[in-house]
Amino acid sequence: MQKMPAWADAVLVPMISLLLAAILSALVIISIGEDPVAAFRLMVDGALMRSAGWGYTLYYATNFMFTGLAVAVAFHARMFNIGGEGQAMLGGLGVALACLYIPWPHWSVALIGTSLAAMLFGAAWALIPAWLQAKRGSHIVITTIMFNFIAATLLNYLLVNVLRPKGAMDPATARFPETTNLPTFRDMFSTADTVLFRGTPANVSFFIAVFACFLVWLLIWRTRLGYELRAFGQSEPAALYAGIAPARITIIALLISGALAGLMAVNTTQGEAERLILNSTEGAGFIGIAVALMGRSHPLGVFIAAILFGFLYQGGAELALWTTIPRELIVVIQALVILFTGALDNMVRMPLERLFLALRRRES
Amino acid sequence: MDFATVIQLLDSTIRSATPLLLACLAGLYSERSGIFDIGLEGKMLAAAFFSAAVAFLSGSAWIGLAAGIGSSVALALVHALASINFRGNQLISGVAINFLAAGMTVLVAQAWFSQGGRTPSLVGSARFAPIKLPFADQVAEVPIFGPIYAELLSGHSIPVYITLALVPLTWWVLHRSRFGLRLRAVGDAPEAVDTAGVSVIRLRYSAVIICGVLCGIAGAYMATGLQANFTKDMTANRGFIALAALIFAKWRPWHALMTCLLFGFLFAIETRFQKIDLFGVTLPLQFVQALPYVLTVVILAGFVGRAVPPRAGGQPYVKEQ
Repeated sequence: MQKMPAWADAVLVPMISLLLAAILSALVIISIGEDPVAAFRLMVDGALMRSAGWGYTLYYATNFMFTGLAVAVAFHARMFNIGGEGQAMLGGLGVALACLYIPWPHWSVALIGTSLAAMLFGAAWALIPAWLQAKRGSHIVITTIMFNFIAATLLNYLLVNVLRPKGAMDPATARFPETTNLPTFRDMFSTADTVLFRGTPANVSFFIAVFACFLVWLLIWRTRLGYELRAFGQSEPAALYAGIAPARITIIALLISGALAGLMAVNTTQGEAERLILNSTEGAGFIGIAVALMGRSHPLGVFIAAILFGFLYQGGAELALWTTIPRELIVVIQALVILFTGALDNMVRMPLERLFLALRRRES
Repeated sequence: MDFATVIQLLDSTIRSATPLLLACLAGLYSERSGIFDIGLEGKMLAAAFFSAAVAFLSGSAWIGLAAGIGSSVALALVHALASINFRGNQLISGVAINFLAAGMTVLVAQAWFSQGGRTPSLVGSARFAPIKLPFADQVAEVPIFGPIYAELLSGHSIPVYITLALVPLTWWVLHRSRFGLRLRAVGDAPEAVDTAGVSVIRLRYSAVIICGVLCGIAGAYMATGLQANFTKDMTANRGFIALAALIFAKWRPWHALMTCLLFGFLFAIETRFQKIDLFGVTLPLQFVQALPYVLTVVILAGFVGRAVPPRAGGQPYVKEQ
């Protein structure tokens, strides 16, 4: 017997968790002597009330969709890929190499090429932890954490010693050729008399992210592989009896996860910076964890959660600009979301389940 | 490399190894009881801030230490609540705690001191000063032994000596005391401990609290011993390196000491040299930085010895009805 109706499980529980996180965040803002209502209004103003605000919100949301999907796919196979950060860094390397060393005739062709490079490099960085988990039983969480650090030092080495143009001071690659520059929202949506999305980084890769959400939905719920993935996540012995090879499905799930995380680099590296810089990921790999938890690992949920986090990021930047509240407020909110929707999930779920059981008993 | 340089390098090794070792032993207690903890970093960071802030306000490093331990234990209790009472995912809880500490420390530092997320510099008794071991001055002139005693072993602050003493103590607690036996049992077979009439919940809570106390000392030492203030993200992933060291040491105290000294030595090399020449090959500095992580992956892969974690690690215990 189901303890709770499906809608309560999918919507009510995350909503209450989110509400708790919001209340605590408000208390945090009060405790540092600021006004939470004014702060929230400022965030909405800066992130959602002007097209320029949306240009940043959607830019951040693009990153979080990719990394959120990456974590979500692994979650379905009951694995915790905490290495999105490292995989996205390597994805950036793939994008940079593709942009710098292949003469692309047009941005659209380049976009296909760089997306493939980003996926390839991201997946490759997930391959070793995946293989170790599948064949040697090394815990994926620890190995992917280690691979995040290894990726950071590797990129540091490559940018400082190898890829940096002669005479340049900062550790970054040369600018990508103009033919690889992606059209921004400003290029796409501005008309002759109104300029929309002025000076914002949102670009065409947003649509790739949305399409990726759809593809992941298709994969998880409409393909044989997705079924195997979920079966494996529900019960490994059962999957084994059903003829699903655990090692194969582990590796495939993490390769897909790594490829999705890598794709994020198309947005940051090719779309925004137009060169590979140090720390191009800015922690988006970790925000993917919060996004996937909040979105219940469902692509639609991930899409909504990514937009919400995009809003938080842009709103947080506005707060830091106009008030004395530092940007780290967003990190606190992110932590509270992870805590309540992830680790303390049962705190909300258990009383709700009891409530629904009691209601049902009264009916019968 | 002359003898004096070696002594300096090893001296710096001990200082870098101290917070690692504390965090590593903290993780050892927690994980041996079956509670995974990837929130060591966050607890250290919180302790670093609150110890520096309170030491500055009170002028006493010891009161600062108490505040640091208090903040670290508070986070440990959140972890315990999530992973023991509500059977949440321990890894996710750890991630949340790391972010919570990273954000809160800067937020509170800005609200209290308005110095861009730092605390003011600590002077005098607000820091743990180096102490001189007995007869350090008298034997300093003796060749070989003199410098080893007077420069390498003497002249550290009190937390360093506490940490070194914790290694045999932890070994004794774990392998010679009743509490330790039960702690190891609860990490491997909680149902057996429960059947014997010992509370799984109480044991795991004690382990997580001990973990919080040790992380607290680690963070306080970093902010009020090694450095003289708190700066944003000052623990710089040491909590994760401690986690790596814990696996490398295969969850054993003496091995933890050795591993942390090794990783501390890598830190010392990294801060002292620009590049490393080894057998005629020049290694980039980044190679040394990545070495602890690479070594841990190799150990985890089981190619060099096998690291087997406590059997019930990461799984919430559900009492049979």
